[in-house]
Amino acid sequence: MKNAVGREIPDEILKNGREVYQGKNYKDGKYIKKASPKSRMFVKPQESKLVATLKEACIQCGAHDGMTFSFHTELRNGDYVGAMAARVLVEELGLKNITVAATSLGAAQDVIADYIEQGRITGVQTSGVRGRIGEVISAGKLDAPAVIRSHGGRPRAVEADEVHIDIAFLAAASSDCCGNSSGVGGKNNFGSMGFGTHDAHYADHTIIVTDTLVDFPNLPSSVSAIDVDAVVVVDDIGDAGKIATKEARMTDNPRELMMAKNAAAVIAATPYFKDGFSFQTGVGGPSLAVNRFLEEHMREKNIRMSFALGGTSKAICDLMDKGFVRHILDTQDFDTGAAAHIFRTPGHHEISLSEYANAGNKGAYVNKLDYVVLAALEIDTNFNVNVITGSDGILRGAPGGHPDTAAGSKCCIIVTPLTRGRMATVCDEVVTVTTPGDCVDVLVTDYGIAVNPLRQDLIECLDKAGIEHVTIEQLRDKAYSLVGTPDKLEWEDKVVAIVEARDGTVLDVVRKIKPLDVNAEGEEVKF
Amino acid sequence: MRYPTNTQKNILKGRFETVNINAEAVAGTLESSDAQVTVRPSDRGLFVHIESSVMNQYGRQIKATVIETLKGLGVRFGNVEVVDKGALDCTIKARVECAVMRSNDASESGV
Repeated sequence: MKNAVGREIPDEILKNGREVYQGKNYKDGKYIKKASPKSRMFVKPQESKLVATLKEACIQCGAHDGMTFSFHTELRNGDYVGAMAARVLVEELGLKNITVAATSLGAAQDVIADYIEQGRITGVQTSGVRGRIGEVISAGKLDAPAVIRSHGGRPRAVEADEVHIDIAFLAAASSDCCGNSSGVGGKNNFGSMGFGTHDAHYADHTIIVTDTLVDFPNLPSSVSAIDVDAVVVVDDIGDAGKIATKEARMTDNPRELMMAKNAAAVIAATPYFKDGFSFQTGVGGPSLAVNRFLEEHMREKNIRMSFALGGTSKAICDLMDKGFVRHILDTQDFDTGAAAHIFRTPGHHEISLSEYANAGNKGAYVNKLDYVVLAALEIDTNFNVNVITGSDGILRGAPGGHPDTAAGSKCCIIVTPLTRGRMATVCDEVVTVTTPGDCVDVLVTDYGIAVNPLRQDLIECLDKAGIEHVTIEQLRDKAYSLVGTPDKLEWEDKVVAIVEARDGTVLDVVRKIKPLDVNAEGEEVKF
Repeated sequence: MRYPTNTQKNILKGRFETVNINAEAVAGTLESSDAQVTVRPSDRGLFVHIESSVMNQYGRQIKATVIETLKGLGVRFGNVEVVDKGALDCTIKARVECAVMRSNDASESGV
């Protein structure tokens, strides 16, 4: 069945009430029945919930075949806990048919790729998938397709009991013996624990894994002892130095700076740019640099931001310290500078992924967002964006909050170079739709700006401000003239991943790629 | 940069009906957006092997560019191996030409 973004969704996916995507506000006003976890009673006075090993803690929490476990990825590339938990369940306890439900998956959890290949981990639910795990899923090594959800879609699915977590393994920079735990106060501080807090409320069992045990009570805490079954102390929860692959710093690439400057000029030309506006940006080179140019426009107009949202970098913290930002609502810290800023600075708050972006609750912050500046792997002439599959059809990306912020914001700006190597970023049809085109308003590339024709109001604003723009078809033509028109990818029937829209409907599916072979064995070339 | 040698000029202008691959020669690198072309002598015919990081979308075009370039040069015999890292057509063409030149001692190595 074809969905609202023109993608053919096979019927066998549409079981158990699963529907195709029917537009960004299709589920508005409908109800969800919230799941409740099974929660163990701790009636008897207890000195401590410390357990000597993760294995013992898992046994105490009833680890079993067919279970689902979760972890958060606040330590990003430096996370050890996800891999640690998988290893204990698979190797030490010998469990089978395990499902992993994580906020992301990447090189730090490469061992999970082995377990998928061995058929021990059989289900994957995630908001991002990179590295070898993406390759094995793309190769069709899972029996059931992986489910990819946005950062807002994940807590919605957990609340709707579409994902039921048996054990959440939550890395904490510090914890007391009862599980009051935090993303700071230890030796591997990651700052906001907003990726993990929601799991503690909905998982049947929560195990805190920390490398820094502190005196009771560890307050203020991000996860409360009332949600914690066991605390395990390990040597290291990760390597906080790897949170940012490189310290988020301002790019000096002139191409990226030009795009950032143009994106800031677009923002300044729209009516929402007034005192009390709200803003989110990613941490990629051009996106991060928008902060710098935005500061100049804010200074000129003498206005302040009411709140900055989402993943937080030092750049936005600096802007707050200069008095330009009243609140930072922080789900994740992209660098150690931001991780050191939260909890020490009034106005810099930790929020959960549900508060951030969940379309299933009654007040997600994304719905109050004026601007979001995002990147893209690909964007097509219908403004549909792909951030999950490479142009070779292999899973290697993360929707994160992309679809949520694009849908919630008044003005969503995509900043991306027109080409990357030989790949055309602006194309006829994206490999996979992760963010629907009607949520995307402006595209800024190094070869020009295009505005979604659905937003005639923004076109008028840009014209009035004298900002040149072209059609997205012109940008695509330019891209193809540089790199050549790509051949269409060829697919097998097997679906390897389902991409859910933020409301739980099916936005797209990723099939197994049929690799192209141009080397017929020993074939002689004749002119 | 050195001026093209007479052999180079003649090859590029298609003055030879046939250009031989006389010895193994390499041009290009494995850097992103480049292609490494290796040519080896063959007395059986002309064989082309392509590896590419953008195979699924550009494999056919890369192969066509390689064959077109060899045809233009007049190469009838040889084994041509291309390891492409997302190079544009102009780069692929230049690397193929250069490798063929080098197998004719018509270009210096080290680029």
